[in-house]
Amino acid sequence: MPVMHIKNFSFTYAGVEHPSLKNITLPIEKNKVTALIGPSGCGKSTLLRSMNRIHDLYPGNKYEGEIELLDFETNERKNILEIKKENEFIKLRQQVGMIFQKPTPFPMSIFDNVAYGLKIAGIKNKTELEDRVEQALIGSALWKEVHDRLNASAMGLSGGQQQRLCIARAVAVKPEVLLFDEPTSALDPISTGAIEELIVELKKDVSIAIVTHNMQQASRISDYTAFMYLGDLIEYDKTENIFLNPKEKKTEDYITGRFG
Amino acid sequence: MRLIVNKIFLALSIFSALVGLAFLGWILITLFMKGLNSFHFHLFLDDLIDGGLRNLIVGQFILAGLAAAIGIPLGMAAGIYIQEYGRGRYANVIRDLSDIMMSAPSIVIGAFVYAIIVVPTGGTSGWAGAIALAIMMIPVVINTTDNMLSLVPRELREAGIALGASKYKVILDIVIKAAKVGIMTGVLLAFARIIGETAPLLFTSETSNYFTLDLSESFPSLTVSIYDLANEPEKASRDLAWAASFILTVLVLVINLTGRFITRNKK
Amino acid sequence: MEKLFQKISLASASIVFVILVGIFLTLLSSSKAAIEEFGLDFLTNSAWNKEVPLNPVNETVQANAAKIFEDVELNTQDDTTDDEDMIADEDDEDDMILADEDESEEGSSSATKTVYGGLVPIVGTILTTIIALTFALPIAMGIAVFLAEIAPKNISYVVGIAIELLAAIPSIIFGMWGLYYFAPIVADIVGGYQVSLLTAGLVLGVMILPFMAAITRDSMNTTPNVLKESAYALGATKFEVIKDIIFPYSKVGIIGSIILALGRALGETMAVAFLIGSIFVLPDAINSPTISIPVAMANNFGEASGLGESALFYLALILFIISFGVISLAKFYFLKKAK
Repeated sequence: MPVMHIKNFSFTYAGVEHPSLKNITLPIEKNKVTALIGPSGCGKSTLLRSMNRIHDLYPGNKYEGEIELLDFETNERKNILEIKKENEFIKLRQQVGMIFQKPTPFPMSIFDNVAYGLKIAGIKNKTELEDRVEQALIGSALWKEVHDRLNASAMGLSGGQQQRLCIARAVAVKPEVLLFDEPTSALDPISTGAIEELIVELKKDVSIAIVTHNMQQASRISDYTAFMYLGDLIEYDKTENIFLNPKEKKTEDYITGRFG
Repeated sequence: MRLIVNKIFLALSIFSALVGLAFLGWILITLFMKGLNSFHFHLFLDDLIDGGLRNLIVGQFILAGLAAAIGIPLGMAAGIYIQEYGRGRYANVIRDLSDIMMSAPSIVIGAFVYAIIVVPTGGTSGWAGAIALAIMMIPVVINTTDNMLSLVPRELREAGIALGASKYKVILDIVIKAAKVGIMTGVLLAFARIIGETAPLLFTSETSNYFTLDLSESFPSLTVSIYDLANEPEKASRDLAWAASFILTVLVLVINLTGRFITRNKK
Repeated sequence: MEKLFQKISLASASIVFVILVGIFLTLLSSSKAAIEEFGLDFLTNSAWNKEVPLNPVNETVQANAAKIFEDVELNTQDDTTDDEDMIADEDDEDDMILADEDESEEGSSSATKTVYGGLVPIVGTILTTIIALTFALPIAMGIAVFLAEIAPKNISYVVGIAIELLAAIPSIIFGMWGLYYFAPIVADIVGGYQVSLLTAGLVLGVMILPFMAAITRDSMNTTPNVLKESAYALGATKFEVIKDIIFPYSKVGIIGSIILALGRALGETMAVAFLIGSIFVLPDAINSPTISIPVAMANNFGEASGLGESALFYLALILFIISFGVISLAKFYFLKKAK
């Protein structure tokens, strides 16, 4: 049973006539990694950014269709496109976390970065905060490197460390789904490897959707792959099927490097 | 709780914006009411000695115009130096000093011009006033030119050089043209700023009740006269000061908006 | 031709250098007489244009001192104002009495000299600036937050232009409006004079408000969108994003903007000239009149000559050095770091 289900979803940016996403139907399976691939401008990031409605920071966009999210507490399915109230938005974003293309450490200490989401979620108890921060840092394979300088500024970390810090920050609030928007495109190969391992590790606890330009990355870490092209979902299947045995001509052309 | 704090904060911020707008509205409405009340067409025909403002308006324009005629070419040439020719430290030092000069107290610039021009020449003069305003304008023009030239892509310069043009040709014919709109806007905003200046004129040009085009004597200035008139006890003088303030503000705002309009249209 | 053009532009650039150094040297040489006469005591002396006896004989001093003591006591008894006020006033009273004393002593041909001290305008400048900042800071921050984060694009654009227009209004207009429309209301509420430290400071605050708001907004706008998005993606509210992300991120730039506005306020003449009262007396309360450096210059330059003029140049030099320091601090420490 998928944790998120996108159904007949279309998306139009403010002030634009034509939709950037057309009639997308796609499940995000629980405790699996789903990769969204496709050439630049195919709408994969737009789709990802719809899944926690971060688009709504810039008003005027149009949504059609449904995106259902399973609430683990109530076991109910809810259409996140119907959300209007501020507190519901906050809850959605605590359920569906996000990692961006470039690392986004906040201008504060390492500890405060990871604790930030917890604090705004209302956790005040100091020992609990320390515990959760430690767990999150261990979970994102950063603890060993930073445990002795938690109060140092997060800006002093390397790019790869910063990205893992951002993952720790997102993981700390225990989301159901984590969205990764090309998380390794600004990193060197070694840091990229570390992040990839981490993503595979993380899916025990959280369901993951990742946008990537790098097809090897998609084939290495994902369980399911969706290939998108010009705002359409062309093909969705198990990753091995997409890469070894694509049904659509376009998918085959793309993954064999004939365009894109 | 978090949501309430958020709401209160947003409300406070919107409230501050309203306070800011309220002050703008208050000042403008006051000006319009008082200004229009004492506004007559004859203000443009008579000189101050006959209860009009003609000599002051003309005088203020001449002072500011002359300042622009001195300040714009100097400022642009200096901006070109900083952006196009300057290598390393010297250009950076000039850029920094120009930044400081931009915020230097205008009354101090007045005192400077007083000491170097008014004292040696034996009296206040239009020239001294224009030079004081030009000193106010130069750093603003430098700043605009510098910023706008830095936005012109390097490829454009390289393309010009690749065609065999010399560097100064490329700067004058290509780079300046590409940055024209931005520089014009900046220059207009600088002009709007100096035409409303009072402090640097107080003891350089002073003001005069009579119409004159002779820049070697005390020169009529709208702003200095507003200061004098507003401090006089008779109501008639103060009404005249309001009318003059109204005209001055409309002038400044129109020039300012024209500047913005140019940029907006070109974008 | 190329060479010539290059030389012209280099010469123009050097003019900036020449002017700034020229301002400093000119002010220095014009204030030389006052600097030699008063030295650094100028900074702490509150007398301005006061006649004092030159090389007073001991007897006269004692006589004067006794007389002053009497007078002060008398004053204290007569006066219905607070004791605190009296203490603050005492210095000035002394000087005034001294001056009176000398004028009345027509017979004695003892030479007098005129003393100029800069304390009153220096204090007036600093206090008006503090009042202006205290008033403008919270409102300017609110406006900046509104423009950068809260208002929809089109509203932010229109309001932004309105705020920038407010910044473009000539300062003399603020002065007139302040004197005739704003000060009476303030005086009604607070009491005291319409021309005072408070009203001058508040009008100065209104004047620097838009400038401060506009450059603070620009600083806040340098916060990258992804950074804000990642905070929202954690479930932060707008207030939390502003407080925890935008303010810390653009802190240095915002402080720079505030100091730059402070530099403006220090050197502002016309908005203050209408309202401060222009008397060389230390203010004993927030709603009493005093004078600031730019206003002292604006109102006394015309009549001054000799030592008086030199003392005004001394004031100008002090103002120039203070604002040079403040502006450099803002531009080179904070705003450079912000970039």
